[in-house]
Amino acid sequence: TRDGLCNTDDIERSKTEGKELTKEEKQRLRKEKKQQKKNKEKNDEKTSHEGEKKKNKKKKEEQPAGSASQPPAQPSPKAVPAPAPPPPAAAAVPVPASEAPAPADKPAKSKADLKAERRARQEAERASKGKKGDVGQPAPTGKLKAPPSELQPVVKRLPEHVQVDNPEVVKKLAKKLERQQIPLRSDYGYKVSLFSHLHQYSRKAPLTQQLGIPSTVIHPAIVRLGLQYSQGIVAGSNARSVALLHAFQQVIRDYTTPPNEELSRDLVNKLKPYISFLNQCRPLSASMGNAIKYIKKEISNIPSQCKEEEAKIKLLNCIERYINEKIVLAAKAIAKYSIEKISDGDVILVYGCSSLVNHILCEAFEKKRKFRVIVVDSRPRLEGREALRRLVQKGISCTYVLISAVSYILPEVSKVFLGAHALLANGYVMSRVGTSQIALVAKAFNVPVLVCCETYKFCERVQTDSFVSNELDDPDDLIVTRKGKTQLEHWQKVPSLGLLNLVYDVTPPDFVDLVITDLGMIPCTSVPVVLRVKNVDQ
Amino acid sequence: MRRRHNHPDVVPNHFHRQHTHTQTPSCPVSPLISSRFYTTTMPAPDKEIDLTERIEAFLSDLKRGGSGTGPLRGSAEMARETTALLRRIAAQARWSNAGDLMEIIRTEGRRMTAAQPSETTVGNMIRRVLKIIREEYARSRGSSEETDQQESLHKLLTSGGLSEENFRQHFAALKANVIEAINELLTELEGTTDNIKMQALEHIHSNEVIMTIGRSRTVEAFLKDAARKRKFHVIVAECAPFCQGHKMATSLSEAGIETTVITDAAIFAVMSRVNKVIIGTQTVLANGGLRAVNGTHTLALAAKHHSTPLIVCAPMFKLSPQFPNEEDTFHKFVSPHEVLPFTEGEILSKVNVHCPVFDYVPPELITLFISNIGGHAPSYIYRLMSELYHPEDHEL
Repeated sequence: TRDGLCNTDDIERSKTEGKELTKEEKQRLRKEKKQQKKNKEKNDEKTSHEGEKKKNKKKKEEQPAGSASQPPAQPSPKAVPAPAPPPPAAAAVPVPASEAPAPADKPAKSKADLKAERRARQEAERASKGKKGDVGQPAPTGKLKAPPSELQPVVKRLPEHVQVDNPEVVKKLAKKLERQQIPLRSDYGYKVSLFSHLHQYSRKAPLTQQLGIPSTVIHPAIVRLGLQYSQGIVAGSNARSVALLHAFQQVIRDYTTPPNEELSRDLVNKLKPYISFLNQCRPLSASMGNAIKYIKKEISNIPSQCKEEEAKIKLLNCIERYINEKIVLAAKAIAKYSIEKISDGDVILVYGCSSLVNHILCEAFEKKRKFRVIVVDSRPRLEGREALRRLVQKGISCTYVLISAVSYILPEVSKVFLGAHALLANGYVMSRVGTSQIALVAKAFNVPVLVCCETYKFCERVQTDSFVSNELDDPDDLIVTRKGKTQLEHWQKVPSLGLLNLVYDVTPPDFVDLVITDLGMIPCTSVPVVLRVKNVDQ
Repeated sequence: MRRRHNHPDVVPNHFHRQHTHTQTPSCPVSPLISSRFYTTTMPAPDKEIDLTERIEAFLSDLKRGGSGTGPLRGSAEMARETTALLRRIAAQARWSNAGDLMEIIRTEGRRMTAAQPSETTVGNMIRRVLKIIREEYARSRGSSEETDQQESLHKLLTSGGLSEENFRQHFAALKANVIEAINELLTELEGTTDNIKMQALEHIHSNEVIMTIGRSRTVEAFLKDAARKRKFHVIVAECAPFCQGHKMATSLSEAGIETTVITDAAIFAVMSRVNKVIIGTQTVLANGGLRAVNGTHTLALAAKHHSTPLIVCAPMFKLSPQFPNEEDTFHKFVSPHEVLPFTEGEILSKVNVHCPVFDYVPPELITLFISNIGGHAPSYIYRLMSELYHPEDHEL
């Protein structure tokens, strides 16, 4: 019966994937049916368990299609519709957890029972695989989606911020925030239908207005940070991460362990509402997600016999070291590699304001390389002006254009340097909106495109277009007054008019020629290799 | 002709011109004005003063700004104004044979195109009228235009071109014919937008997502006409720094079309969901390429990358016999204040700022041209050009 069980499991899995059953599988299926008729009573409980498992699988497969987002194409995607308690910070960067969390919708059996059954099934399958050999194996991809114990089980939860159109998820989030005593931020304005699964907030209504003063739940450093994020005062991947880490340092300094509590567990719980709050102010970036993961790991690794003062000093040093290694020293390493790529007489094009690219150019200028820079900028953020100021201060000769003039200026350009917000596991570069456009036009003119990115921004997520996971900024930013007339002033009143202010977009890897990281110069497609190496190290 | 009877002792025009070279000041003056110096005691005809005044007024309008910024808004109006002015010249100027008229028109035309080089519609209309004059002349002479035009290899080798034709024969009915033909041209011009509009339903199906950039009156009419029967979604790229896309979006949404405004930077990001790209243009070049508002080349590249068809709605008067190779004359720049305003202060003096107005789009990126005479592929444009303009007129 154990044998029969695992076979039906594999076949069911292949069936739900819509794969053609091989002849052997069909034969086995017929045998199974006969066996089932015979042992109906004995297998009753077990098959009902199978049925439940199949139902859940079907629900899970429907859910991603329903929320109009592309199901992540990683080994075993299991998007559970009702997210379990773990904080949204981890949700923003789904972690390949080594334990398989029990799905919440299984009231019939307790967690322990299910785990035991699953373990038994997995062992049976392993045994049967040894017996069968090559004959009658199910389709190879069916094998890949085999029980999670074969590969590291990657149980993914779809992050809340891309499920805004699912009322259940929104309700769950509201309940969680209420528990943590954090106000819920409401969406603003008409959302374009293609993006109804994302939040759209207004800058004029920051979350801090809804907080009481003084806020007892949230540390004031975090409140200030949240306000800086939502108003755009602190912007840019590195800046946000560093500000976050400094704020956490402040939190740790002011923290005292309550009696009968362990620092390693309590501090993590204390950080959860802060992370929710920051997420509400502005969705967390990939770099921030990685930093938070690191801090949580460090905190939970504090041995219980460690005294509080020691532990705090240790944590503060950890954070200091993280910032130093991953950001400051990484920038130096990347600058060293990039300077080899800048030759005299170069005309370099940069887009927007990337702290890393600015650093590289300033370093190259100090090393007496002769080049000039073209800064490309775009509405409504106009971040390029900041980059322009920094470069001009150094004495670098610059030209400034808007992104619509990029086909005019590109014949003069010899290289394009771009910054990145995150590098996704399938080689796509997630960066400020407009980056993919610059890469596209550069490719059409045969100009090399180099992306500079530190390794701490590498992300396990995969994405192929800019719709499924993005950030919508305040739509009122697009309104502009020219010659005394504001065309879009009353856009809210017109029912069929929508404004779209995207923040990020993804660049396909074939537009990017080289990625310069602190580990060296790699092609875009080597990102998952780096991630794997990093995971093994950790 | 009426004028002849008014001034019995007026000598034909071309004799006057020989005198003017010695006596008139060095600045280029219209031959019409110079002829005034040699009339007899009769005062200069009002019609001529009127005509020259109109021409000067038109030139100053052109100089003040091209379409969209000056009082002459839109290429269609510019074309109509030019044609009306040319008709007036044909009616009121003094000429005795086709050659004279063509010379007058050519000279005036050179001044007009010099006043605003980026406004190619003016030059196009002048060339159309010159072709009309040639046709009418040939018809009056009795020879069919096609055999004269056909540059067969044999003819090229034996005759050495059309140099014998000097258009000096006088035909009484030529003036009336020319004016009638120009009137036809004017009617055609008035109907261009309607002709393009009527083809809208052939190209737009329901539930489509259409992308456009900036503001084009032709595309606006096109989409509004299709919206009467079909429901679709339009995404408008705002086209900084002038942000004309905003006006387009408000106008379309008032007609009930679902519109979304995006920034120029989001063009590639959004392109994967777009079914068609429909744009207008300032000029259609002789090789089938476009001179369109800046940002169009990026849009065309993004459409090519996603294999989205790029449709250009351009009436025939925008077709120009220029090629894009002349670097000096292709681009037009406006004040960099639009891009980096003076409020930026200290860095302004150390930075070069560019604000080009036009973009070149090569013909490989274009799928279809929709004009008032139907739809064409970009490879067919050269043929249309040979029908509309005579090769000798390509250089005014």
